[in-house]
Amino acid sequence: MEVSIEINGVEQTHDVEPRMLLVQYIREVAGLTGTNIGCDTSSCGACTVLLNGESIKSCTVLAAQVQGMNIQTIEGLADEDGTLHPMQQAFHECHALQCGYCTPGMVMASVSLVEKNTSITENDVREGLEGNLCRCTGYHNIVKAVLQASGTSS
Amino acid sequence: MIPAKFDFVQVDTVDAALEALKEHGDEAKLIAGGHSLLPLMKFRLANPAVIVDINRLDDLKYVRDSGDHLSIGALTRHCDIEKNEMISSNAGVLAKATHNVGDPQVRHRGTIGGAIAHGDPASDIPSALLALKATLVVNGPEGEREINVDDFFTGFLETDLSDDEMLTEIRVPKLPDATWSFQKFNRRAQDWAIVGTSVVCGENHIGVGLVNMHSVPFRSEAVESALLAGASAEEAAEHAAEGTEAPTDLNASRDYREHLARVLVRRGIQEAGR
Repeated sequence: MEVSIEINGVEQTHDVEPRMLLVQYIREVAGLTGTNIGCDTSSCGACTVLLNGESIKSCTVLAAQVQGMNIQTIEGLADEDGTLHPMQQAFHECHALQCGYCTPGMVMASVSLVEKNTSITENDVREGLEGNLCRCTGYHNIVKAVLQASGTSS
Repeated sequence: MIPAKFDFVQVDTVDAALEALKEHGDEAKLIAGGHSLLPLMKFRLANPAVIVDINRLDDLKYVRDSGDHLSIGALTRHCDIEKNEMISSNAGVLAKATHNVGDPQVRHRGTIGGAIAHGDPASDIPSALLALKATLVVNGPEGEREINVDDFFTGFLETDLSDDEMLTEIRVPKLPDATWSFQKFNRRAQDWAIVGTSVVCGENHIGVGLVNMHSVPFRSEAVESALLAGASAEEAAEHAAEGTEAPTDLNASRDYREHLARVLVRRGIQEAGR
């Protein structure tokens, strides 16, 4: 079936099987491999992208279900001239990544979290990122980065 | 993991959904948020031949004040329920239980109707609806019917819904003065409850629902009767495992679950101020 999805502002149309997962569409059809597949069972959050501005786990959504909708991936965050998104910049400055595998999902989940909460606390961040696992256990700096990007860190 | 092959049908009205169910019978499965169904399909525990996507059925996304109760459309997402002011002030336990489902990404997709129709005894939301004594509205070829939530769950992952019916609305009594508590014990923040409970105490309303203590979401009439007879929290909670057949799995034995039920129900009743 034909599925059209706007990914990072570019509309794409591809002929795919109904059973194709959104994360496969993003990685294998659209060629955007910044989004990772971790657990593949909606636990780890590595495949988190924004659907119409809200964080979702793209391993548990069918590409066909988002026909005509808008997806943003990690590749779509920075400006065209390479200037990082404030969340990416904060992750960079706070050393909020170690092996980096969870990072695209962490950043996308954090962007959605900060957008929904204007005055976010450390507790909000820890709870809000419950759906994203970092197996390096580098959570402290991730939380610092999200607070910095949200402008609420001291 | 990729699910086995299926045909994909997208509908945008209740009638079209019912038509698709009528045409395909037990070969078809409705998909809402899909966060229970898709994992089952990936693991080949479910292999529907036809998936009927009802996400665009915007008519079923609402929370309305209907006088003595709130009417909630079956496709209302968890993230819209947990933050809804009307639900927080009239049925707080439902908002809290919903906030405990999965994680923000899951709650951006999952729907109240999906969580109920899936019939999972480990799901948080049915316990709140049992404690609130909600009514479910189902549409089918013969029109609309109402089901008391007590009669809806018929077996493990089985409900009173026929193959050609769909859940369309959840009706929750408005209990603005009731006190309530939702308790959940799990190992990691986003996990399913090993055991959980919803407790609601109002002037003429005592409701206690249990999560993951039986083959179906379970309403603890033993605890409710004890409370109605004037028992203290400690005394009433001793009845929490009565009538249950809790599962034994990797997370907990049946005995341990029974212990947890007693502890969590006691905490729940105490938090609800009884």
